[in-house]
Amino acid sequence: MTEHNVVKEKDLKNSFLATAIKTIGLPTLIIAAFFLVVILTAAFLKQSLPILFSDILRRFGMNGLLVLAMVPAIKSGTGPNFALPLGIICGLLAWTIGIEMGFIGLKLILLVSLMAIVFAIILGYLYGKLLNAVKGAEMTIATYTGFSTVALMALVWLMAPFKSKQMGWMMGEGLRETIKLDGVEAAQIFNNFLSFKVFGINIPTGLLLVFFAFCFLVWLFFRTKIGIAITAGGSNPEFAAASGIDIDKNRIIANILSTILGALGIILYSQSYGFFQLYSGPLMMAFPAVAGVLIGGATASKANISHVIIGTFLFQGLLTASMPVANQLFEGTDLSEIMRVILQNGIILYALTQVKGGGKE
Amino acid sequence: MKKDKKKLGNQVFSLADNIVPIIFIAFTLLGFVLTKSVPFNFFLSELSSRFYRNAFIVLSLIIPVIAGLGLNFGIVIGAMSAQLAIIIVRYLSIEYLHLSGTMELIFCFLLTLPIAAFIGLLTGKLYNKTRGQEMIASLIVGFFANGVYQFILLFATGVIIPVRSSHPMIKPDGVGVRMTVDMGDLHYSLANILKIPFMWVVLIVSLLLLALTIVLFLKEKKLGKKNNQITFYIKTIIFAALSIFSIFSIITKSKINLVKDVPIATVLFIASLCVFTELIMKTKLGQDFRSVGQDQHIAESNGINVDKTRIIAVVMSTVLAAWGQLIYLQDMGTLNVYGAHTQIGMFSVAALLVGGASVRKATVSQALIGTLLFNSMFIMSPEIGKAAFGNALLGEYFRTFMVYGIIGMALGIYVWNANRKSRITLDSIDMQVQDD
Repeated sequence: MTEHNVVKEKDLKNSFLATAIKTIGLPTLIIAAFFLVVILTAAFLKQSLPILFSDILRRFGMNGLLVLAMVPAIKSGTGPNFALPLGIICGLLAWTIGIEMGFIGLKLILLVSLMAIVFAIILGYLYGKLLNAVKGAEMTIATYTGFSTVALMALVWLMAPFKSKQMGWMMGEGLRETIKLDGVEAAQIFNNFLSFKVFGINIPTGLLLVFFAFCFLVWLFFRTKIGIAITAGGSNPEFAAASGIDIDKNRIIANILSTILGALGIILYSQSYGFFQLYSGPLMMAFPAVAGVLIGGATASKANISHVIIGTFLFQGLLTASMPVANQLFEGTDLSEIMRVILQNGIILYALTQVKGGGKE
Repeated sequence: MKKDKKKLGNQVFSLADNIVPIIFIAFTLLGFVLTKSVPFNFFLSELSSRFYRNAFIVLSLIIPVIAGLGLNFGIVIGAMSAQLAIIIVRYLSIEYLHLSGTMELIFCFLLTLPIAAFIGLLTGKLYNKTRGQEMIASLIVGFFANGVYQFILLFATGVIIPVRSSHPMIKPDGVGVRMTVDMGDLHYSLANILKIPFMWVVLIVSLLLLALTIVLFLKEKKLGKKNNQITFYIKTIIFAALSIFSIFSIITKSKINLVKDVPIATVLFIASLCVFTELIMKTKLGQDFRSVGQDQHIAESNGINVDKTRIIAVVMSTVLAAWGQLIYLQDMGTLNVYGAHTQIGMFSVAALLVGGASVRKATVSQALIGTLLFNSMFIMSPEIGKAAFGNALLGEYFRTFMVYGIIGMALGIYVWNANRKSRITLDSIDMQVQDD
């Protein structure tokens, strides 16, 4: 009798753990626990928690849109958008043109966003077409599409006939690697909009508002007829095709959307940073964004807005918090950067092992 | 008539297949036309020394391609194991053993083997779990391993593994290995074993090839086989001309004798890997690689252990790449601990593809030709940038673009073709069903 009870209890415990893992996801749980430990260590080391949380919120808002760009791509069945640099390039090109035209402040940002959207629609369309031609190997091709576009744009940055003193070198031709935004009064515009302090924590209201607004818009989009069709085509292509959905067209639409979000994402990101980076700056930017959505509980074929919000908060929060902690504990080592590399690529590998299909099965 | 058309179509198709090598040859020739400042002997020196450094690593990519794993970007992990071995051997050599350069090299080769084999085993298992996505997995696992590598060398060394903080390889605060490590006597330890002037090597090799061609031709004639006379005559003329040219330039002491001497030991290593790769394809294991690469289902039903075969292919590739990295690094005076391996995967894959290989097909000659063509582009690109646009940086960006572009294009064309073919067969099946 007692033995029976013990077994039942064990079952119950197991099933509780199992459901927790099933609903939240193992990676998310591990990262969340890790995040908690780091925060507690920071408190134990008597680091200023308000400053830490201010930084976490800022980094969360900054990276949010770039991570959100993964959702349409994953939902449409093309996998995480490893070609995020494509969208980023659109944003950067728009920045340089906007600054060259001599605009400043909010006007500049709005104009730049508009231009970025136009570029992203064109590039996203071509990229979607490409992905339809290479079904089954989207992730690999996407990575190299991103890489080669960034490398090609390095030539453009070097040769483009820009004259603005904000962007050029003192001598010689070509644009600088890092271009500051204070000179054009565009730094931290959203961050400072309606920002306030609670318990010493700086809340970047505008930044968060923009991020959540886009989350809501994307959520809304996937409730419309076309959004539902995209999701259906991604999760069950045979069934969707049988019910008359044009999957190829939907994949293109989803990847245009993803490229647009990437373009706007880099604009939000750089205004918060106060500068943007050309040349090889965007080369590796897809990987933290992919890792972000995966940490939130997404897979290579399923993603939701909640995954974006949770994942960005946990991943960026962990990275932000671990830096001062690691520096205080182990002086002189770059442990938090090493941790970022291991976590980011570890989670992507984990997600790849969960991908179904391939030769044998 | 119809046959003729088909033949013409085939020729056009083969031109399209070889478009990448053709672009590269044209690019290098353009470089010579544009930049009159590049002397031919300088170019040959640069090209040959780059070839000795890189050919071994590029050759290490062939086996996974044949075994159906695609282009193994994970060879960077092999490169990292080689660097770990160098650091361990150098540390011990400076601290206790005081070995000579050759002994250090031998220890490096021996120590690399178990490290690379173990890591190759792990990556092989990973590729079996990420079936169908091996290439992106191999790229990401390289990044991942780089993080672990940095953790071991920057943090664990000194905190977990005790080291002497005043050791010249350790950072002054006693934690972590320095950014650059002096190679000491390891520098040129392989290259300096035996060196022969370049033109003498050309002479010997072309004479040997000439003899080989004639012997083979006579042998086939004896057996009464139908053989291609035109290729035989072309080959004979080329090799004979090369021999005469080299004798001539040695006697007249022309400028071409300024080309750097040939490190015979390195060349022998490369040659033996070529022979090894060719020979292993004739064994049972090589046949298994082939059948697994063609179709995993059929291979499985024929009683081949698919998973094991794939792991063996990855282990071999990783170990060979690690040895390749040793050959590469002994040619350098210093080891750039955190940077020497990062680009090696991309560059080697690009070189193989430039030689005309694809995701499913790669041969020894493609690897060798690709290494030559790729490095020609690498040497000429900044020169062309300087000559045509007055900016060497432009040429450097251009060659980065070529690396990524070539890989992307080759992968894209391959997948696109494969998808088109499968669609055609599907359509024909559909039609048959309708006919029924």
